[in-house]
Amino acid sequence: MNKITNNKAWFLVLPVFLIVAISAIIPLMTVVNYSVQDIFDPQTRFFVGTEWFKQVLEDTRLHDALVRQIIYTGSILAIEIPLGIAIALTLPRKGWGVSACMVLLALPLLIPWNVVGTIWQIFGRADIGLGGYVIRSLGISYNYSQNPMDAWITVVVMDVWHWTSLVVLLCYAGLRSIPDAYYQAAKIDGASNWAVFRFIQLPKMQSVLVIGVLLRFMDSFMIYTEPFVLTGGGPGNSTTFLSQYLTRMAVGQFDLGPAAAFSIIYFLIILLVCWVFYTVVMNAGKREEQ
Amino acid sequence: MTLKLENISKIVGAETHIDDVSITLEPGSFNVLLGRTQAGKTTLMRIMAGLEPPTKGHIFVDGTDVTGMAVQKRNVAMVYQQFINYPSMNVYDNIASPLKLQGMAKAEIERRVKSTAELMHIEHLLDRLPQELSGGQQQRTAMARAMVKDCTLLLLDEPLVNLDYKLREELRAEIPNLLAERDTIVVYATTEPMEALLLGGKCAVMHQGCMTQFGPTTQVYHNPACVETGLIFSDPPINLVDAEVRDGNLFLASGHQVALQGHLAGLDRGKHTIGVRANHLSVKNPGSHAIAMQGQVELAEITGSETFVHVHFNDVSWVIQEEGVHNPRLGEAITFYVDPKRLFAFGVNNQLEAAPPVALQNGKAA
Repeated sequence: MNKITNNKAWFLVLPVFLIVAISAIIPLMTVVNYSVQDIFDPQTRFFVGTEWFKQVLEDTRLHDALVRQIIYTGSILAIEIPLGIAIALTLPRKGWGVSACMVLLALPLLIPWNVVGTIWQIFGRADIGLGGYVIRSLGISYNYSQNPMDAWITVVVMDVWHWTSLVVLLCYAGLRSIPDAYYQAAKIDGASNWAVFRFIQLPKMQSVLVIGVLLRFMDSFMIYTEPFVLTGGGPGNSTTFLSQYLTRMAVGQFDLGPAAAFSIIYFLIILLVCWVFYTVVMNAGKREEQ
Repeated sequence: MTLKLENISKIVGAETHIDDVSITLEPGSFNVLLGRTQAGKTTLMRIMAGLEPPTKGHIFVDGTDVTGMAVQKRNVAMVYQQFINYPSMNVYDNIASPLKLQGMAKAEIERRVKSTAELMHIEHLLDRLPQELSGGQQQRTAMARAMVKDCTLLLLDEPLVNLDYKLREELRAEIPNLLAERDTIVVYATTEPMEALLLGGKCAVMHQGCMTQFGPTTQVYHNPACVETGLIFSDPPINLVDAEVRDGNLFLASGHQVALQGHLAGLDRGKHTIGVRANHLSVKNPGSHAIAMQGQVELAEITGSETFVHVHFNDVSWVIQEEGVHNPRLGEAITFYVDPKRLFAFGVNNQLEAAPPVALQNGKAA
């Protein structure tokens, strides 16, 4: 076969190249640029090597924020994934209830993030908020702006309220794709509900669950708006997560060098965790196959 | 065990899915449920299994009424059109799953799984997962799962439909042997007349929720009790033409005249429907006793060993099944021949009045 050489084909690649360059590579390189230099103005700059990275890695307040971030992401994953599966299993399979449930579930996902923060900020207030008032009138002392534990619970509950629907919708889609014959076959075998879940529903949901966990991990690891609106990172620093700390560093204190260095580390952490998780899950799937 | 359905009906909303079906299935029998898509085959099987209760009627097992008894207590097994296996279990665990749920001893489970796997020719695949198997192997696994327990009723719902041609032939040839020498009642649903004939046993023909006929498969084929059975149990569907008996002759609506001889001798005066199977029509003249008919070629389907020529004449469309490859031009006038001794006659109520002798039904025209 004769290959036809046509250099015009490069023009077809050009749009993709430009989009990737503008959307990803150029901004990222700017950050890299800042992370290795001390820049005062466009003319005055000094190369500092890895100094900013060292400074960031030794920052104990950053360590605290990272630990808080890990606990936060861990707890919302531990709540949202099982809860999402459980709700998906109880949803109706046909009839008018399906569309009703879908609309209700999609509602929290449609609300802008800072509106979610505002809603919970007001809802949880002990003086005028319905939620806060009810909890107080039950005799439980609750004040998210003063008690770190209350602030934590509120932030976690808010995220569960906001994002569990996403897991539910993903799982529901996975469940809907299981042919009815599977359930009949299990019924004929006399399999228990647990066995049906463990050996039919869960394996069939595996791929959507991987996507669900990845999305919820990345999103919660980068959470900024809702806690910022709700607690502003307080009381003290008790609900200051990585994004907020980064913003404070870059915008509040104008430490652009360390902020850039930290941005890169932040990005690498998310990339690394996602990659490890994905590889482990996919390999586990393969090992099971062998 | 003997399974007896008595006046079973299934009505869902305003639709009748099963209409007053009664049938008795003998122990160890192989029963084919033949009908078009939506004829109610799957619903009837689900009722037999106990997956759904009938709206009316009763189900008896060895004389005991089991209507409404849960499927787990019935000792049935079912194989579906889709290949249904537990996705996260390997082939061994899949086959073993019904036995494990029965609480059988481990050694006995192993013995049974191995022997069933050998029977199904999948003994080398026992530690694979279903998604690593070909369609044929997946369906073999599903069948092994159904056969491993000594069920009294085995339901196969179009199990070969989703397999490609070669695998279908292979498994179909094995099925009757696999199930021979068992006490199990086997019910096998299919839409294909050829499959029913190849599998043998008994055949129940379903049409729009009714059971039109039940009997030994070849007997049903040779004596379709009504026009519908004839249409369902012929591929291509039996060719039909209106006819009338007057003055001692049979006049076809196509303008041809047939003497009332042989099996047609007893036809009454009045209207009838005449049927003739495609393989009993020929473009070659079989002799002077044949009626010559003319028509226009509408379509020619060539399968290789055979050609199906669709012809049109006097508002009737017929199909001629002819051996070998033929390539008639579309719209071309064609002469074909029908042997009056091979005509089926149905009455105004669509019931069979006369069927050609079996010896003449076998074998090709010409």
